[in-house]
Parts: sequence; C-alpha cells; structure tokens
Amino acid sequence: MDWLKFFRAEKNNTAKTAKDRLMLAVAYQRSGQANGPSYLPRLREELLGVVRKYIQVPDEAVQFSVQREGGLEVLELNITLPDQ
Amino acid sequence: MAKIIVVTSGKGGVGKTTTSASFATGLAMRGHKTAVIDFDVGLRNLDLIMGVERRVVFDFVNVINGEATLKQALIKDKHLDKLHILAASQTRDKDALTTEGVEKVLNDLAQDFDFIVCDSPAGIERGAFLAMYFADEALVVTNPEVSSVRDSDRVLGILSSKARLAEKGETKVKEHLVLTRYNPARVAKGEMLSLEDVKEILAIPLLGVVPESSSVLTCSNSGVPVIREEGSDAGLAYQDLVARFLGDEVPHRFITEQKKGLFSKLFGAT
Ligand SMILES: Nc1ncnc2c1ncn2[C@@H]1O[C@H](COP(=O)(O)OP(=O)(O)O)[C@@H](O)[C@H]1O
Ligand SMILES: [Mg+2]
Repeated sequence: MDWLKFFRAEKNNTAKTAKDRLMLAVAYQRSGQANGPSYLPRLREELLGVVRKYIQVPDEAVQFSVQREGGLEVLELNITLPDQ
Repeated sequence: MAKIIVVTSGKGGVGKTTTSASFATGLAMRGHKTAVIDFDVGLRNLDLIMGVERRVVFDFVNVINGEATLKQALIKDKHLDKLHILAASQTRDKDALTTEGVEKVLNDLAQDFDFIVCDSPAGIERGAFLAMYFADEALVVTNPEVSSVRDSDRVLGILSSKARLAEKGETKVKEHLVLTRYNPARVAKGEMLSLEDVKEILAIPLLGVVPESSSVLTCSNSGVPVIREEGSDAGLAYQDLVARFLGDEVPHRFITEQKKGLFSKLFGAT
C-alpha cells in the first residue's frame, strides 16, 4: 500500500472537486445571468465603474439575477458596499 | 388522452436514445399502447436501436408536410403489437419541424395511444425545444460527469420556464432524474460523482439509475432495446425504472459496488 497516497486521499477525490465546481456553475446558471440578455456582462462592468468613482469595491460587489415572475422578467441588482 | 414524455439531457451521447428505446419498449411490455418518436432530424438513430431501420418508408417530416399519413409512417414493432415507432427525417433542412406540425402529430397520436415518448436530440435548438415543449413529463438523462450535470440543470431551467405547461402557468412538467452509465466502483474510489451528489445538485426526484453496462453496446449491435435482454443489469435497471414510472414501488439496484466473488476473482469474469 502506498501510504503517501493514503494520506493524500482527500486530494485524490476528484469527485469532490467535481461537485464543488458544479455547485458554483449551477448557481450561476440559476441566477439567470447565463441565459439573461447578452448586454448583462457589459452593464455589470459599467455599473462597477460608476460605483468605483465613489467607493472602492471588489469585483463581486455587483451581483445580478434575472427571474421570471408571472410572465415578467425581473432584473434584480445588488451592490454590496464594504462596511467602513 | 395520451401522456407525452420527453427524454432529454442537453448534452449528446449520454443515453437519451438508449433510454427512449428501452422506456417505450418497457411501457409496451407492460401493456400500454406506446409510440416513440425520434426528434433528431438529420441524424436518425432510434430506428437502428429499435431494430426497424429497414422498415422506414415515411418519417416524421413526411407526416408534418402531408406527404404521408401518420398511419403510413408509424412502424409497428415486430415483437410487441402495442409499440410503434416514428422515425426522424434525414433531411438537412433545420426548419423541417414546425410547432404547429409537431402539435398536430402529437394530437393525432394522442387519440390512439396511452404514452408518447419523444427522443430529443442534443442541444437546446429547435428539435430539442419542440421535443420538450409539449411534454407532460420529462426524463432528464444525466451521466455522473460535470458537463452532463450542468447541461441537465440548463434543460431543467428551460423546462420550467419555456415548456407549454409552464407558459400556461397551471402546472409544470413533471421531472424525473435518470442517472445512466453509473459506475459504483469508481464512485467508491472517489473518481466519479455519486448518485447523492447528482441528486443534491439537480434536486429532482430520482426515477432510476442505469449502470454502465457492456450489454448496451451489444444490444445496439443487433438492434434490440437493452430492456429486452434477459439478465442484463442495464436491462433490469430499465425494467425497474418503467415499473416505478407506472407507480410500482421498486427499490433501487446497481447503486453500490458489487464485490467480486471468488469465482470472478479467479477467472477474471466481469
Ligand atoms: N448504460 C450504458 N452503459 C454503457 N454504454 C451506454 C449506456 N447508455 C448508453 N451507452 C452508450 O452511449 C452512447 C450514446 O448513447 P445514446 O443513447 O445514443 O445517447 P444520446 O441519444 O443521448 O446521444 C452509445 O454508444 C451507447 O451504446
Ligand atoms: Mg440520441
């Protein structure tokens, strides 16, 4: 038995890696960004630029989700400000 | 009134046609009048898997275009008189399937049949969309592999927002997970996503698990749906799946590693 391998068992569990990656990919898909209008990424970039004129925020500070509610498409926009 | 079931996945090569053939055959074996339609226009394959390729005269698009009647185009299975197959056209015309045309054929079939099984092509283009649009229920065929699971999730999103039932907003398409090409030994080694992982990510009820099986290939060689193969693990898994679909309570098999007995260890049988 390869003991080194045994102790690295956690690392070799690629199924676990697959699951973690899938959870993120699927969350993105379900947020509606993946199948939302094609201008969304640009809108997001520009908004981020505007916010940054006033306050320094990380890239993930601007979050979108597109949802369908009773036949309407609702674009939800969240800007998280750092607490200072 | 017939129940329309789409067999879908997004990704290609995961086992939709294999599943459609065995599922439709299984429903007919249980005495239900069943039609199975190949929606893969341009890449007809269901006929081969069902072993009726030499009997295709007219196809789905011929019926839509009024070049043949439904009766002329439906191929009756040689073994099961309750089972009928409607082959895909080999045309390269992408617009051959129309919403109205598909709806008319499904409505006509619904007069005579208990179940209509729609074998979807890969992708989310017209053929795949029309295969799922009219569905009452969906078998979402998934392999324990990242791209297949993500594509299944994508298809579930489309089913729940764009299918006819979703548009009408009364009920939604009933979704079933069919996990195929499952290899419990690799799962045990941490090399393959487990059934639990896939269930957790997709969050839809499980209808059945079909193991990776050498008999799927050999059955396809001879044009016999694997469900007809006595003693094949995949065939038994499909029989269980059909029984569950029809409301029987059947425990899941083939989801844990079968420890090799002394005999197979000694003689290397698999
Ligand atoms: N349970 C299984 N075990 C082994 N091979 C399988 C299994 N299910 C499908 N296959 C193989 O996978 C390939 C793709 O199957 P198919 O049903 O044509 O997929 P799809 O219609 O989704 O493109 C075929 O070669 C088939 O024999
Ligand atoms: Mg296919």
